[in-house]
Amino acid sequence: MNILDILGSVILVAGLIFVLIGSIGIIRFPDFYTRTHAAGKCDTLGLVLVLIGLGFHVEGMLNTIKLLLIAVFIAIANPTATHAIARAAYRLGLKPLLDLKSKDSQNDTLS
Amino acid sequence: MVEIIIMTTIALSVAMVIPFYRVAVGPTVYDRILGVGVMGTKAIVLITLVGFIFDRFDMFIDIALAYALLNFIGTVAVAKYLERKGIEH
Repeated sequence: MNILDILGSVILVAGLIFVLIGSIGIIRFPDFYTRTHAAGKCDTLGLVLVLIGLGFHVEGMLNTIKLLLIAVFIAIANPTATHAIARAAYRLGLKPLLDLKSKDSQNDTLS
Repeated sequence: MVEIIIMTTIALSVAMVIPFYRVAVGPTVYDRILGVGVMGTKAIVLITLVGFIFDRFDMFIDIALAYALLNFIGTVAVAKYLERKGIEH
């Protein structure tokens, strides 16, 4: 076990913590727009960290380059997809939850 | 060194099951699309981890690359379809 394996494992575990916190945020946040916050940023950083940490363990230059390619693609595409869903929801009139007390105003539409 | 990869795979599988709650009971249709997108993005990383465990990494990395493209196109296509068609809540 050399220093690169230890560094890769530390990055891997740090990414896992981000992914687990993001998953809990998706089921715990009260509103759709706050859930896009958890899905767009927290999961993206966690998965990119997991891929980079896996890149320390694999052998072969081509595999590492392909892993970095997937990491760059996820870092670009995942917030873009989340933004597309959020823009569709806003254009179709899904109202943001402004008052935590009245949770039944979640499905109201903009008039 | 493969033990920490197996532990990572198990933890990522647990984190992949959690958004399925949002897909099943989500109040709006956008929540369901968001949950499916998150689960698909986690499946990309899970494919690469499984390829590392089974020692066929050079094959599974190509599958993961194709799945990443397909997942992004699918999510954006559903969002654009809903935005053009319009739904009632």
